[in-house]
Amino acid sequence: MDITELTVHELQDKLKKKELTVTQITKAYVDRINEKEKDVQAFVTVLTDEAMKQAQDIEEKINRGENKGEFEGIPIGIKDNMCTKGVKTTCSSKMLENFVSPYDATVIEKLNNENLINLGKLNMDEFAMGGSTEHSYFHNTFNPWNLNKVPGGSSGGSAAAVAANLVPWSLGSDTGGSIRQPASFCGVVGLKPTYGLVSRYGLVAFASSLDQIGPITKDVYDSAMLLNIIAGHDERDTTSANIEKKDYVKALKNDVKGLKIGIPKEFYGEGVEPDVEAKLKEAIEKYKELGAEVEEFSLDVAEYSLAAYYIVACAEASSNLGRFDGVRYTYRPKEVNGLWDLYKKARSEAFGDEVKRRIILGTYVLSSGYYDAYYKKAQKVRTLVMKEFDKAFEKYDVIITPTSPTVAFDIGGKIDDPLSMYKSDICTVSVNIAGLPGISIPCGVDSKGMPIGMQIIGNKFQEETILNAAYTYEQATKFRENYKPKC
Amino acid sequence: MSREDYEAVIGLEVHAELSTKTKIFCSCANEFGGDPNTHICPVCTAMPGSLPVLNEKVVEYAVKAGLATNCTISKDSKNDRKNYFYPDTPKAYQISQYDKPLCENGYVEIETADGNKKEIRIERIHIEDDAGKLNHDDFGGDSLVDLNRAGVPLIETVSKPDMRSAEEAEQYLRKLKSIFEYIEVSDCKMQEGSLRADVNVSVRKKGTSELGTRTEMKNMNSFRSIVRAIDYEIDRQIDLIEDGGKVTQESLRWDDVSGKTFSMRGKEDAEDYRYFPDPDLVAIRLSDEYVEKIRAELPELPEIRKQRYLEKYKLAEKDAKLITSSKYLSDLFEQAIEVCNNPKAVNNWIISDISRILNETEMEPSEIPFDAKQLGELVILIDKGTISSSIGKKVLTEMFENPRNPEEIIKEKGWIQISDEGAIKEVVMKVLEANQKSVEDYKAGKDKALGFLVGQAMKETKGKANPQMLNKMFKEELNK
Repeated sequence: MDITELTVHELQDKLKKKELTVTQITKAYVDRINEKEKDVQAFVTVLTDEAMKQAQDIEEKINRGENKGEFEGIPIGIKDNMCTKGVKTTCSSKMLENFVSPYDATVIEKLNNENLINLGKLNMDEFAMGGSTEHSYFHNTFNPWNLNKVPGGSSGGSAAAVAANLVPWSLGSDTGGSIRQPASFCGVVGLKPTYGLVSRYGLVAFASSLDQIGPITKDVYDSAMLLNIIAGHDERDTTSANIEKKDYVKALKNDVKGLKIGIPKEFYGEGVEPDVEAKLKEAIEKYKELGAEVEEFSLDVAEYSLAAYYIVACAEASSNLGRFDGVRYTYRPKEVNGLWDLYKKARSEAFGDEVKRRIILGTYVLSSGYYDAYYKKAQKVRTLVMKEFDKAFEKYDVIITPTSPTVAFDIGGKIDDPLSMYKSDICTVSVNIAGLPGISIPCGVDSKGMPIGMQIIGNKFQEETILNAAYTYEQATKFRENYKPKC
Repeated sequence: MSREDYEAVIGLEVHAELSTKTKIFCSCANEFGGDPNTHICPVCTAMPGSLPVLNEKVVEYAVKAGLATNCTISKDSKNDRKNYFYPDTPKAYQISQYDKPLCENGYVEIETADGNKKEIRIERIHIEDDAGKLNHDDFGGDSLVDLNRAGVPLIETVSKPDMRSAEEAEQYLRKLKSIFEYIEVSDCKMQEGSLRADVNVSVRKKGTSELGTRTEMKNMNSFRSIVRAIDYEIDRQIDLIEDGGKVTQESLRWDDVSGKTFSMRGKEDAEDYRYFPDPDLVAIRLSDEYVEKIRAELPELPEIRKQRYLEKYKLAEKDAKLITSSKYLSDLFEQAIEVCNNPKAVNNWIISDISRILNETEMEPSEIPFDAKQLGELVILIDKGTISSSIGKKVLTEMFENPRNPEEIIKEKGWIQISDEGAIKEVVMKVLEANQKSVEDYKAGKDKALGFLVGQAMKETKGKANPQMLNKMFKEELNK
């Protein structure tokens, strides 16, 4: 038995039956990281020594009969934009290369309360800006299905690490598709919860009105379990929703009879790779077989979502990233001639091109004289998109689209073409714009064996519905039993 | 044209630090002073990932300020980011309010030089966070950042350009200060910077309604400087125009020492703050009940209190106005009366000696080092004849310099009045003997001589003899 092949619920089972110990599990992952990390390069900071020590402590506690939590001793990996006290949080940027947060993000507190073991901080596009993890200041991450391909992004490290069995599950963040698209590229499950379901406190902000933390897992059951841990109101984040706590595992009924599925025709056809379209069609047929009712409809404002998204996200980013100014916890240039030179040099030398591009875009759209034409208009589009989705959810329980119009592309393939990189977010951004939950699950591979992702979108706070829809499909198709990454 | 052909147009933007227990977006203590960077946390130092949470007390205080200045309270308001780079602003933006302030369209009433009432309109009051402080190190040439003040809550009160002279501007600011003190939203300590004003000045020809080009003097924190700076700036602008020049719109720095304004480089006007709604904060929605509850709980405001003093204590209009202009003075007045039950005497102490000392030492009423009980006791000591009122003045000075109970002071200094008949007689006899000439003068009908003799006796007793008794006894002896 390869321990790292197991899902978290399988690990829990074996722990409960005493077929495995906490140290055995962590040791297996440490060994796996030592063996495969050089190929995949999913991590920015590896915490194998700390993890082993923590595993031993937990095991001693368990042996003394003191264990309580059902997740005690389960390892996890964290995207490197969530603040971890005492461990670097770099956002894969030269700017924060040596930043050690003095506090834990709310999600990290929640993991710590459950005694999960942090295996390390995972690579990403700098400040979560990008869709390939090629914008990391440190290094690329490689797709475990084909090391010449990108893992997607920005949570590329989080998705690749799960796919390559370097961690059993991980946390990512999603502003315009940054959990779902890499999950799709790496053949794993990625959930972006409803805006406000998970606290953003301690998540280094990219675009505050769009950012959401979510789980990246091997299967849907694990996704529901990790969501159970991280969801919940937080007084430190006023945008977090004060709603009743739910048990998402209980929502997994393995039954979609009567489920009303909407298929927005604008998300299919032109621009979507034929293999992707074909696998989505097969999946939709599968849902019909399972008793769901499927109907095609039009979601026509979706095409404006991408433009609105890039305006809003860049505007917020230009302001959010102002604090990285060379004065306090950031990169500091050595020779400076006064304050303005410090600002200029710090930001010129420590931000990558993609980050600069978005700061410039965002600064432009907020400038006086342009605000109404861009930012205000984008907000109006945003309202329209929300209304359009509201209308759709009067008729449908879930909406199904491809997660990405393509499978993982070649490393270096789009790096010099930002517009084409932005366009690959076309299927995912409208979900963030409308603040909805969306999950990506694998629904097959293309002719070259690269995984294809299906996105299931739900109404606000209807995570239970999309998790059950995803789970039912997964149980019927068993992707993980049929396909495995090469690495 | 002459100076009289011009009028000044003045508007004030007044920043008041709110006296809430905690800062506006985090739970750090809102306290003045403290060692640098001791009242800080991830939120007010803008650590990556930290998020602001709006302190509800700040909203309550701002609504109070709005209601006390006759503003309309906006039921639907929000926070906006004002983006700019400076090391005292760790987020690189201030969280302020742009197009939806909490309070709008208010006014306060002032009295103009000719004794008429005038309304100064208030355009808006909004909430925002204060910046930290830069301490410039004279030795190393470095600047050190202290973020204790970062995130201290402020309300900014923006007036319409309704003032026409430095005096009106001063009156307006005093009125605002007094209202904020009464409703207890700010301690308004100008020397600590908890009340400061940006002053906008322009001039135009009388009879025209167009506004001239204005200049702005930022962060003024004393009434005296504000009056001087406005007068200087009015003169400068008129001279400039009379000489055929044009006023440039710019920020100026007032220099108290040279008594002049200096240009601060025109950067300010070129700056684009890129205001947009703060996505980290939700809209501020207030219910009618919420606003009405605050309205109902508003304390007595200075104008009402003044009326009460006129009726209840029969104070002169001028005195009542002076005392009620400061909540601290006014509270001192009422509490001292409770101790001594002599409103006239307390009134006199406050309007004469106490006010004089405050003026001379440029002290704020709130800095008076003794309390109402001690002032009341001073009045009682005089009323009982334990000390004379002239000794009372010395006791008061002592209470300012080295505050103790008045009783303690007079004991320690040996200032207790001599009211013992035997002792008084002894002094009287001694003085009469030593001043035969005056005795003769008095007997020759020169009444003034009596005053001289009493004075001599006071001198002899170092002012401690009971003056009424002296008078009486001298007369008795001289008329024998």
